[in-house]
Amino acid sequence: MAAVPSSAVAQVPDDVGRFGAFGGRYVPETLTKALDQLAREYDAAIKDPKFIADLDYLLKNYVGRPNPLYFLERLTKKCGGAKLYVKREDLNHTGAHKINNTLGQTLLTLRMGKKRVIAETGAGQHGVATANACARFGLECIVYMGEEDIRRQKLNVFNMRMLGAEVRPVTTGSRTLRDAINEAMRDWMSSVETTHYIIGSVVGPHPFPRIVRDFQSVIGRETIEQSQAQFGRLPNCVVACVGGGSNAAGMFYPFVEHKSVELVGVEAGGRGAKPGDHAAPLSHGTPGVLHGSFSYVMQDEDGQTSDVHSVSAGLDYPGVGPEHSYWKDAGRVRYTYCEDSEALEAFDAMARSEGILPALESSHAIAKGMEEARKRGPDEIVVICLSGRGDKDAFEVARLKGMKLE
Amino acid sequence: MSLVDETFRRLRSEGKKALMPFLTAGDPDLPFTAEVLKELAKRGAHLCELGVPYSDPIADGPVIQASYTRALEKKVKLADILKTAGEVAPTLVHEKNRVPVVTMVSYAIIYRHGLAKYVADAKAAGIAGAIVPDLLVEESAEFSELCRKEDFSLIQLVTPTTPRDRAKRIAERSTGFLYYVSVTGITGERTQLPPGLIDNVNWMRSQTELPICIGFGISTPEHVKLLAPAADGLIVGSALVRRVAAAATEPRAKVLNDVGAYVASLLAALN
Repeated sequence: MAAVPSSAVAQVPDDVGRFGAFGGRYVPETLTKALDQLAREYDAAIKDPKFIADLDYLLKNYVGRPNPLYFLERLTKKCGGAKLYVKREDLNHTGAHKINNTLGQTLLTLRMGKKRVIAETGAGQHGVATANACARFGLECIVYMGEEDIRRQKLNVFNMRMLGAEVRPVTTGSRTLRDAINEAMRDWMSSVETTHYIIGSVVGPHPFPRIVRDFQSVIGRETIEQSQAQFGRLPNCVVACVGGGSNAAGMFYPFVEHKSVELVGVEAGGRGAKPGDHAAPLSHGTPGVLHGSFSYVMQDEDGQTSDVHSVSAGLDYPGVGPEHSYWKDAGRVRYTYCEDSEALEAFDAMARSEGILPALESSHAIAKGMEEARKRGPDEIVVICLSGRGDKDAFEVARLKGMKLE
Repeated sequence: MSLVDETFRRLRSEGKKALMPFLTAGDPDLPFTAEVLKELAKRGAHLCELGVPYSDPIADGPVIQASYTRALEKKVKLADILKTAGEVAPTLVHEKNRVPVVTMVSYAIIYRHGLAKYVADAKAAGIAGAIVPDLLVEESAEFSELCRKEDFSLIQLVTPTTPRDRAKRIAERSTGFLYYVSVTGITGERTQLPPGLIDNVNWMRSQTELPICIGFGISTPEHVKLLAPAADGLIVGSALVRRVAAAATEPRAKVLNDVGAYVASLLAALN
């Protein structure tokens, strides 16, 4: 399977990074040269058979792709409706979908002759995936991570350090993913000539949303192929969680042209619909500018970014990738949200019924996937993107359940 | 012609250079911001740059970031900033010449306020132009057109990483002056400015009639002496913001005097 989609499918973005009205590039002039270089390098790379072959090789032998499309037998019975399947991104090396993107961008870094990589991370999965890829190719790696997220994701912090990455705590603002992106961008402002910024989601200035989506779209392409092989048709509904939105973009993008397939994106509903209690810009936000892109965002009446909340560090982000805003306004994807408590219930259900500990991020998709299954008949098929495994969340789940981990 | 254009025309005819201090609106509060603006004009600053606090300023170093955070924690709103500007900007005069105020403001804020409404409200408040650090020349067509119609200067930036053909395009689109960013990096005081800066500014001057002001990293009279011959003006931000921030803990009259004396020391090195 080709590592990146054919250009015939790639109708958006246009050459200035617009997904309809959304996207674009709102960054300081200092970064323009590097972003132009990246766009040029990416265009050349995806036409280079060696680049595609190298990435395919790594996805197969380093990541372990293709991962299964797996039937959730007991959870399906429990819901009593449509058949539930999960796309097992949790079985990837490093435990989540993030590695699909970091390997692609690491190969781009090597092509550009840059020796130093910076990244931001929320839950730590992108940081770990970047640290692995950099270790594999001998690149210097610095990961910016909010202090609050360092507390919530100790295991991933330790793992990044074991892999030789430097984890720099971010103490500004809400000390979460949004501030980690700010700090990574500031580092890049000074280091742009020698450093590549491996952004972890389909956010940021053009060409990042396109590049990350393309590298992640292996998820959706495998799912289509496996659906054809396993049930001879496409699923009725595909569900994925949306923070910045990279696993969802990678899953949905190949399905966009298959209009019969319902696509459902699940944002973090947090504690409730009150401002500051959730991280659901597509459900509760307004169009605006954040981190170099025009998209839905949680903001106040002055355009200041609002604080957000989610039990899941990977979804705790006030913005969302511009392509999701485009799909929302075009009516192609239905976006909903799942509250913290529902996500924890889904986490338990998945653990007890299927013997799979899902990431808290993915638990949001599982909750809504189960809801979709209950609404549908037994002839229908619902596929959930199981974007990552739950090991990293052990401390946080224990804390929420009032249990203690030594 | 905006007040920025008039100011540089006059300074050029007199063979003089401009000093443009930057301060954050609302740090520690808007009444003190107004006091500082008056002090800057009194001491002879030629233009003033007023920073509108933003929650996610990726081009700013720790000093300006922290000042934005403090202002936002105190719930400083754009409407209050424009109200204060409206009261003080028209009164800023030095030796019978009006001292223009331009805002440094993120596009996130302008977009949310409404592009045309921002220009109208800022103009009504006596503000002469805007520097929008995250609005690239490619994305600026609509806002640029609105600014042009209203004689509101839209100051664009060129940086050390800007390729030369692109720098020329940016200069063609900029109005008021061209902001030449001295360093590849974020705002903040630096002891050393990059080699090649003066050569690069000289090249830029050979390409455009527009006044060129250098900013980022400038903080000492030595910097001013070194760079003034190459530019039409110099912008000083973090060094001033740091001094103004002292007003949170020190008597305001003393801080005002320190700020005034600092600006006077830079002005003495300028012309």
